[in-house]
Amino acid sequence: MASTGTDGAFVEFDRVQKSYDGETLVVKDLNLSLPRGEFLTMLGPSGSGKTTCLMMLAGFETATHGDIRLGGVSINNIPPHKRGIGMVFQNYALFPHMTVAENLSFPLEVRKMNKSEREAKVQRALDMVQMGAFGGRRPAQLSGGQQQRIALARALVFEAELVLMDEPLGALDKQLREHMQFEIKAIADNLGITVVYVTHDQTEALTMSDRVAVFNDGVIQQLDPPDTLYEAPKNSFVAQFIGENNTLMGTVTKMNGEIAEVTLDDGEVIDTVPVNVGAVGDRTLVSIRPERVEFNKDRLQPDAHTVHAEVMEFIYMGDIYRTRLKVAGNDNFIVKTRNAPDQRRLQAGEKLEIGWRPQDCRALDA
Amino acid sequence: MSTIRGTGPGTADAPSPDDALHEAAALSDRDVPPPHGAPSDGPMLAADGTPLKKSLARALRLQKTRALMLIAPLLIFVLISFIVPIGQMLWRSVENDIVAQTLPHTVQELAGWDSAANELPPEPVFEAMYFDMFIAAEAKSHTKLGTRLNYEQTGMSSLFRQSGRKLDDLGKDYQKAFKAIDGDWSKGEAWFELMSGAADAPRAADVAAAQARNVATLIDTPIAARDGFAPSQEIADLLPLTARAYTAMAMFMQFEDGDDPAGEKPWETLYPALLRDLETADVSAYAGPRAGMLQTLAAARGDIEQISFTDAFAEIDEDWVVAEPWRTIQTHARNVTPGYFLNAVDMRLTPDGAAAQPEDKQILIRLFQRTLVMSLVIMGSCILLGYPIAYLLANLPMRTANILLILVLLPFWTSLLVRTSAWKVMLQQQGVINDTLVWLGLVADESRLVMINNQFGTIVAMTHILLPFMILPMYSVMQTIPPSYVRAAKSLGATNWTAFWRVYFPQSVPGIGAGSILVFILAIGYYITPEIVGGTKGVFISNRIAYHISSSLNWGLAAALGTILLAVVLLLYWCYDKIVGIDNVKLG
Repeated sequence: MASTGTDGAFVEFDRVQKSYDGETLVVKDLNLSLPRGEFLTMLGPSGSGKTTCLMMLAGFETATHGDIRLGGVSINNIPPHKRGIGMVFQNYALFPHMTVAENLSFPLEVRKMNKSEREAKVQRALDMVQMGAFGGRRPAQLSGGQQQRIALARALVFEAELVLMDEPLGALDKQLREHMQFEIKAIADNLGITVVYVTHDQTEALTMSDRVAVFNDGVIQQLDPPDTLYEAPKNSFVAQFIGENNTLMGTVTKMNGEIAEVTLDDGEVIDTVPVNVGAVGDRTLVSIRPERVEFNKDRLQPDAHTVHAEVMEFIYMGDIYRTRLKVAGNDNFIVKTRNAPDQRRLQAGEKLEIGWRPQDCRALDA
Repeated sequence: MSTIRGTGPGTADAPSPDDALHEAAALSDRDVPPPHGAPSDGPMLAADGTPLKKSLARALRLQKTRALMLIAPLLIFVLISFIVPIGQMLWRSVENDIVAQTLPHTVQELAGWDSAANELPPEPVFEAMYFDMFIAAEAKSHTKLGTRLNYEQTGMSSLFRQSGRKLDDLGKDYQKAFKAIDGDWSKGEAWFELMSGAADAPRAADVAAAQARNVATLIDTPIAARDGFAPSQEIADLLPLTARAYTAMAMFMQFEDGDDPAGEKPWETLYPALLRDLETADVSAYAGPRAGMLQTLAAARGDIEQISFTDAFAEIDEDWVVAEPWRTIQTHARNVTPGYFLNAVDMRLTPDGAAAQPEDKQILIRLFQRTLVMSLVIMGSCILLGYPIAYLLANLPMRTANILLILVLLPFWTSLLVRTSAWKVMLQQQGVINDTLVWLGLVADESRLVMINNQFGTIVAMTHILLPFMILPMYSVMQTIPPSYVRAAKSLGATNWTAFWRVYFPQSVPGIGAGSILVFILAIGYYITPEIVGGTKGVFISNRIAYHISSSLNWGLAAALGTILLAVVLLLYWCYDKIVGIDNVKLG
């Protein structure tokens, strides 16, 4: 995992702000640095400012305030074509009037490279994305996945050290998207390039990235490796945005060092890990991942609190069972259990007690 | 709890159509037997056993019929108001049946005449001409023919008009002589009895039919031969020329004037016709009505002073006894003529074939060239002026772009005539621009610039008027070019200019193509603006067409010019398709 220190940072956002209309900030005080070779994903809902950040890095938008540095040099006043940053666009932006080979050759031509060298590099880049035989085709003759590969090859062919990707897999179907995720990741690792990847798809972010920056409202909510992000969300936005999440509203009634006791709105008391709560008496939003909830008493730790629940709906999903419960007034409480031979299928209307390990239950800001 | 999905375009999870295509292709590659239908060697069958193609056609028929019904009003409208007139115009450019219709017998007689021999046509030609012209003059269509032939030879119009008037003189002299022999010769009734023969005598249906056709074309009314007068077969055999002339006269009176031929004064043509017939006919055995009157006349025939038809025409107008008018008639006697087309390219049809027009009449080729060159110049200046505006429109925010677009469209809301007249005000020597230049001291008062009534004026005004037709297609094409292309180019290291020239411009070419075709085709047929600001040097071929349509009334030439213009446009369109490819043209 890459270090987050400022020293030796390859790409650096330093107090960057962006406003389009002079009234509202789309990006608020962004500080971010990533070392050479890191795969960083900017994840967030539409309008969260992630694409704006990418465009500022690429040079298509100018920062209203602050400094963007690349390899220690401020690039605020360098036009896009001199930044040497490769970019993959959402719609691929392959030039429709050129063949695949001409598309790839374009960045080399504008760099005044001679023909034989150009051809060699183009072929190498095409081979890298397993499209070696498609040089003579037009982009319109390729499938979405193939166009995606070409777009990737074009961003890499001039050996940019930093490659930006703006939702590059957004237009592909699910299967192809999953396949391409691994492929992009593998190529990026092989070449050792630095990648800034923008997406609104959290699965994509989790599977590909070294670190994920979760954006909301122009601010990075959390910047962490995927596992930390999923298991230890720092606030309720991140908890709800990444993965599926159950929330219960309650009030902190006792602070006990590493454990905070929370009284839920229906009076049940549970133990939680305090993450984002202040003092006793604060409202809190308790977050538990659906797969960490247990209703088989044998598997529960003896000291764990349990709460009463009623089964609302049971859904068979093949590899997992998905059960919707009513817990502490929330009738959208999801439990996911693995489809194992000894696993019980719950019935709607059944009443039972459920529980979880206190460390899986996090008290976040309300 | 919930994953948040993007709402923008392109973030949909749905597979792209391309993927579906590729999957389909992959599927068809595998050796999967078709799930439904027939054994693999027969045609595919639907569930009920009918061939799938038939079944599909039936299913689509209702849809097609409904679609056809929807477009039917437009289709009919276009057919009536566009296709039919164009077809008529094409036909009119070669149509030439007026000569053969007006002078049917003359044309027949002239066919044997050798025009190159530089001699007058023989007497039978003059004779046929007399009878043809007489009835044409009665129908007043001889002047039309004169006008037609005047396009080919100056003076024909007045020759025909004056001859028509004097044609009666010959017959009048004979009439007097006839009357002196028997007063009944000037009575319609007597003639009617003579020509009809006995009440139960057989009729000469072929003579009646031939004359019905002839008269019908002259008076432009359909005539059924059985309703009209028919001479008795005996008289028609005995006095063929008289029977012909009388039948034509009778039918003309019946159908054009609505009179009974028996009650009307006979035409003067009958007397020379009868005299001519009596030269060969032996009427002594004739026993039909008025046989006595006829036999008396035949006996006294020698006392009547006769002159040949040739001399008669010489008396009418000296111009008839030279070969020239006859040559013209003979040359243009064909029903379909290339003459108009030859005229349209500064040539003319002579008895010896196509020949160049005299120098002073050669103007149309030059006009065609000028029209083409000026249309190209106008198209070029529209591209130069329109491209930056279209680019601006396509790249501005929507609101600003809409305001600008209104400015572009504003000229459309002003009358074409007003716009053109405004240019007249602007460009004339005492106009706004000249006044300003003089006031600024850039131009001396006595040497004001001539900017109107020449090519410059036409180019300026037409560029302004046609500019929206260039901007709109360019704009709509540019609108579809996503900004990400230029961004991609820049991110790949291209300068602003390279990104524009290598990436943006090629994608905007279809818009330029569409605009150019539109502007060029509109320009090449433009009429009003060149007419108003073009003077003599800045007019187009269309002005010449309009002149022939409304002033000289030479519709055949106008049609030929229009046809050539149409052909030139189609030819250029074809070339464009070959060079650029019409698939590369987008109107949006």
